[in-house]
Amino acid sequence: MVVKVYGPAYATPKRVLVCLIEKEVEFETVPVDLLKGEHKDPEYLKLQPFGTVPVTQDGDYILYESRAILRYYAEKYKSQGTDLLGKTVEERGLVENWLEVEAQSYHPPIYTLTVQILFSSKLGFPRDENLIKESEEKLAKVLDIYEERLSKSKYLGGDFFSLADLSHLPFTQYLVDQMGKEYMIRSRKHVSAWWDDISSRPSWQKVLQLYAAPFKN
Amino acid sequence: MVESVTRRSTDRQDQQFPMATPVKVYGPPMSTAVSRVLACLLEKDVQFQLIPVNMFKGEHKSPDFLKIQPFGQVPAFQDESTSLFESRSICRYLCEKYAEKGNTGLYGTNPLAKASIDQWLEAEGQSFNPPSSVLVFQLAFAPRMKIKQDQAVINENEQKLAKVLEVYEKRLGESRFLAGDEFSLADLSHLPNTHYLVNASDRGELFTFKKNVGRWWGEISSRDSWKKVVEMQKQTT
Repeated sequence: MVVKVYGPAYATPKRVLVCLIEKEVEFETVPVDLLKGEHKDPEYLKLQPFGTVPVTQDGDYILYESRAILRYYAEKYKSQGTDLLGKTVEERGLVENWLEVEAQSYHPPIYTLTVQILFSSKLGFPRDENLIKESEEKLAKVLDIYEERLSKSKYLGGDFFSLADLSHLPFTQYLVDQMGKEYMIRSRKHVSAWWDDISSRPSWQKVLQLYAAPFKN
Repeated sequence: MVESVTRRSTDRQDQQFPMATPVKVYGPPMSTAVSRVLACLLEKDVQFQLIPVNMFKGEHKSPDFLKIQPFGQVPAFQDESTSLFESRSICRYLCEKYAEKGNTGLYGTNPLAKASIDQWLEAEGQSFNPPSSVLVFQLAFAPRMKIKQDQAVINENEQKLAKVLEVYEKRLGESRFLAGDEFSLADLSHLPNTHYLVNASDRGELFTFKKNVGRWWGEISSRDSWKKVVEMQKQTT
């Protein structure tokens, strides 16, 4: 039975795709067109009641929330592929710490920037320039803390690539490509080196190759 | 009868009764994130030392505090040489490190149960927390701090929270607790914000007027662990 991942064109499901590739787990994808509102269809809401992507279907087992999916597959396939969790409870604790940082501090401002800059015209509302400015400032403050962290630690969760770093890939790719804000990464020496390292991983390059973003640059 | 005693690690070692250094939690109990960790510690029966951080005096932004929590937020946490922050990750760590202590089902006892708990913990963190935190600040804290409330922000976030609670109402009609039949970290994570909204604001009916959410709130908020946290919050105000 091959796990199905819904919504591969979008950023959040790409967290799951890159994780499955790192863990050498076979998967299939099922397209969901957010711009056509397919995520609000009754059939989709049966799988994911909040009406967001991704959701995964593994035989009868349905799981949503990308970071919950990451944790499940990283643990289930702990003995194959890349170790994304760490070898001890303490190492795992640090991975979880920085995965929560991504979820609570990095994701909100970068998600707002994504919606405002990349999706507003497609979704039919005007860009809120104040909100964009505020979000960029918030994100810059977070990146300053990352700069300090990454000057002492090769990866966010420790000296190994983990779920904490992986979770940053999709939206940061939007930031440096389609949003034209690469300077936010390049102006920070350690963040820049970390970004080059994690984004050049074959797993991430494969995801970008196979699943195009739903718009051109 | 043998009594187990938690002693400082500098005391004479006794091979038969292993000692535990209490873990350290930094921050005031009234903080929603700190109280999340306190509830977990009490559920897991893990000894802890609560170290005050005076946020009104800006202690959370002091250079010493920023060393253990670079975002200048509470809580911060230490377990011997392990330093962590972010309340939900501290809770996960406690459940894994002290798996055999206290409530052993808090983070599930098999991978599928754990994944379901993680799913609802993420729903809490990503969908429930943003609007409910804003409402907690606007309705419960702003008046105390003499900060002017923003009615537009209150309305916007009340609408967002109401939509999330519709999903919860359906879920809790099918399942006793969010992730399944047992109380878990996923339910626990909702205690801090909901407590303020139900007890310190006039929007409690968002929860209490819904049949299933109301039933669930009644159950989870009457747990001994949460009652103790509320007591700790009262003692320090």
